[in-house]
Order: sequence, then structure tokens, then C-alpha cells
Amino acid sequence: MIDTKVNIAGVEFKNPVIAASGTFGFGREFSEYFPISKLGGLSTKGLTLRQREGNKGVRIHETTGGIMNSIGLQNPGIDAFIEEELPFLNSQDTVIIANVSGNTIEEYVISVEKLNQTEIDMIELNISCPNVKEGGISFGTKAEIASNVVTQVRKVCQKSLIVKLSPSAENMVEMAESCVEAGADALSLVNTFPALAIDISKKKAIFDNITAGLSGPCIKPIALRMVYEVSKAVDVPIIGIGGIMDYRDVIEYIMAGAWAVQVGTANFINPNACAEIIEGIEEYLQKEGISTLEEIRGII
Amino acid sequence: MKVGYREVDIFSNTEIAKDIFELKVQIESNDSMGDPGQFYMLRSWDLDPLLSRPFSICNVEESVLTFLYKVVGRGTNYLSKLKPKDKLKVLGPLGNGFNLNVSGKVALISGGIGIAPMIYLAKKLNTGIDFYAGFTNEVYYMDYVRKYVAKIYITTEDGSTGQKGFITDIFRPEKYDVVFTCGPSPMMKKVVENCENKSSVFVSMESVMACGMGVCLGCSIKTKSGMKRVCKEGPVFKGEEVFFDD
Repeated sequence: MIDTKVNIAGVEFKNPVIAASGTFGFGREFSEYFPISKLGGLSTKGLTLRQREGNKGVRIHETTGGIMNSIGLQNPGIDAFIEEELPFLNSQDTVIIANVSGNTIEEYVISVEKLNQTEIDMIELNISCPNVKEGGISFGTKAEIASNVVTQVRKVCQKSLIVKLSPSAENMVEMAESCVEAGADALSLVNTFPALAIDISKKKAIFDNITAGLSGPCIKPIALRMVYEVSKAVDVPIIGIGGIMDYRDVIEYIMAGAWAVQVGTANFINPNACAEIIEGIEEYLQKEGISTLEEIRGII
Repeated sequence: MKVGYREVDIFSNTEIAKDIFELKVQIESNDSMGDPGQFYMLRSWDLDPLLSRPFSICNVEESVLTFLYKVVGRGTNYLSKLKPKDKLKVLGPLGNGFNLNVSGKVALISGGIGIAPMIYLAKKLNTGIDFYAGFTNEVYYMDYVRKYVAKIYITTEDGSTGQKGFITDIFRPEKYDVVFTCGPSPMMKKVVENCENKSSVFVSMESVMACGMGVCLGCSIKTKSGMKRVCKEGPVFKGEEVFFDD
């Protein structure tokens, strides 16, 4: 009998597959394709205290093996999320993670205080969005700055707290250690890689913000290496993110030390991606005679 | 539950003008194959290119679905190589199409490959509508459209067929109660500007999109009633709702 359950910071996931923030909306669109209660969990579109329209100009650009995005955290704001989207999510039998962003520490704190009052299972602190001018990634490059944000949020946060790390951290391991020390219950890594694309006929950058976040299979080997290094250095559960397209990628992340994973870009090219990945993991474990993920976790 | 990507057979894939292809696929479906203005995401490859490509429904005839596309990049280049019986993956129908419940005199205005959804729309309306089609040089699909419309107006930029110039040069908005348009953004902008009764002008917007199903927010555009997803709330919008310059 195989068991894909995983417990992260006191929250039980029925399997290690979590839909990544910004690639799954608030679950409604995907619920038309498969019962989203099949998911281990779902991380919401990045939420900010106030509603955001997101960025102007090109927002998506395809590159070899990946896509670049500069959505800029378009979202309805925390209050509208709680009122209009959360009831539907709470009615689904899966772990709901609210992904929270902010321009200032105060904004993060107010947002988390609002979410404390809800039935959200966990909070994922996004200190790594590459597409907003203030906050976001600027909190996620220097360990001491990140540590300060996490400390302030931890003081008020009554939920299990995941901190989502940027691959742009000056020193990934140091960043991870600082966030854990500041009170993170778990870490998710990595967010998109800041990247550049140029339109050579217009002779200017494709994106209005010049750089944008790169995701997809092209980043997987780098993200996997980061998960490997961080999982060796800290004692909290790691959620691996980056270019997961099928169950094989998930198994690699687990073997590199991840407890669970987030699937992102794959959702855009197949609405059933997460459901198929979950099935694939079960079949793999069955075939290999492995009964729990723990048996293969961090074996590299 | 909706089905995700379906694997379908190519029926034909024909170059009907330079770099313009008519792609017919065979779909066995109990559900609607889609309405004019709706679209499908297509892919005939595995993970390279990563994203699928969105195409408007050009026609539905029994179990055959027609798309029209122009070869512009890697995705459409791959599509152009497909042969009958080859496999294609399709997701759809997606988005919101044109409102077919209209009365009065109707004009359809297309520019270039924007003609694709207009063909299916003309067929479905089929009530004495006028069809305006602008092309760069080669003209296509006009013989088919002729069966369903009262009058056809054609312009080509090189003057080889119809009147020389742009379709907006000859479109007379005062003659019509309802206007549907699809084509390059500057063309649609001009159509909306020229129409006095803007609430009865409908535009089919185009935007780069990753998922086609409303989650990536890559195709979001600003409208008078907030941000809207071209793939989900659109691609058809009221002309007065959208901003063409943003």
C-alpha cells in the first residue's frame, strides 16, 4: 500500500503536489477540468493588501524551454479575495495556501492579520516577486532584509508560515537559514529567475520593466540544485518549485530533499497537468515498491 | 467536467494564399464545437515550443473544425508542416464569442487574417449582412463568404483586387445598426472611432496568452470596467469598452 501523504508544519497534504501561485488563479478555472480536491494543496495567485491591475505592455513571452512573465501581481486585493474567492476554496478538500506580497513590511503584516481571521491553512510569504518595483524581490535578495520581514510577520502570523525564496538571493543557503531563524515553518523555492529578452526589430526590451521572471523546464536543473543545497542546510520542510512538467521531475525534487513541490508553468500547457502528475507519482511508487515518499526523500 | 487537450486527426492543411493556411481537423464531440468568436488552443508538438497557440474558429461543419492561420513564427511554422492524418492536440472551445442575437443592418469588417472568425460569424448570421474584408495583396475565402452575405467590399493595399487602400477607407458606418470587427488593432480602433453608436460595435481582441483558460493573466487588458482577460471575458468585447493604445 502506497502512501503519498506529507505533513508540513503541522498541516497534512494528501500528496506532495501543490499548484504554484500565479499559475492556478483561485482554482475555479481548473475545477472545470478536474476535481481540485485531488491536489495536495493550492497556493493562490499572489495577494496584496490593495487591488492591483498589474503591469502594462507585454506580460508573457515565450523563450526556449520556458516562459517569461511580467504580470505584476494583478489581483483583487486581500479583502475581495476573502469575500469572493475564499469560500469556494474552503469548500474544496485540499490545503489552501494564501500567497502574500507587499510593498512594505506594514502591508505584509496587515494582510497576514486579515488572513489570521480566515480558514486559510497556511500563508506563503512572497519575498521574491521579480515584477514589482517596490517590495517583492527587493526583500528577497539580502538575508538581513528578508530576516526582518519574516520576523515582523512571524510576530503576528497565527498560521503556518512558508517563506518563498528568490533564486536571486545573494547566498541561497544563508538566505534560507536566516528565514528559518526568523520563524519560517517551511521554505518554498524557487520563484522565477529575473531574465531579459530583447525585440531586435523594435530595438528595445520586450517587457516595459526591462526584466521579467523566467519559469519552465529550462530553470529546473538550477532550481533542483538550489533545493538540494538548502535542504542539506536547514531542518524545516522544503517545497521544491521550478520547471516541473511531469511526475519524474517531482521524484527528482523529492530525491534532492523536497518534502513537496509546486507545479506552475505546466498548468498553462495542460489544465490536467497536476492531476496527471499525481497519478504518475502513485504509479512510480507502486512500480518501484516504494511505500512512502520519506523512503526516497533527500537520498541524493 | 470539461475535457482537457484532445488529440484529433488532421483532415487537411492547405496553403490558400502565401503563408495563409486553412487547417481542418476532425473532432468527435457530443458537446458544442464552438460559436463564432470562440477559439481553441492548438499544439502539434511536445514541449518545444512550450506554449500552445490560440486560433479562432473559422468554421464548423458537422465533425470538421476549420482554423485559418498565417505563418509568423515557430508555432505556426510547425503547424504548416502538418499533413492529413497527422495528430494535433486541441483545447476548447474557449472564451466568449459574438452575440448572434442582433437586429438591424449588420456589417462585418475584417483585416488580414482577422477574417477567420468573421467567416463563421457570417455563416451563422446569414441574414443580408455586408462583409468588408481588407487584405495586403492576395485575397482569400471570398467565394465561400459570398454564399452567406448580401454584399462584399474588398480592399487590397496594392490594389490588385477591389479598391486600393485600407478597408476603413471604404467602410460607411452610418449605413449600419451593428458592427462586428476583427483585425489589426489600428484598424479596429478606427472602426470604433468612426461609428457613432459605439455600443453596437463589437471587437475581437488579440493578446499574447499562455494558458487560454483564464489563469495566467498574461492576456489581461484594461477596459472601462476594469482588467479583463482576453481569453476568458473576451476575446469579443464592446468596442467602447476597450482601449486600443494601452
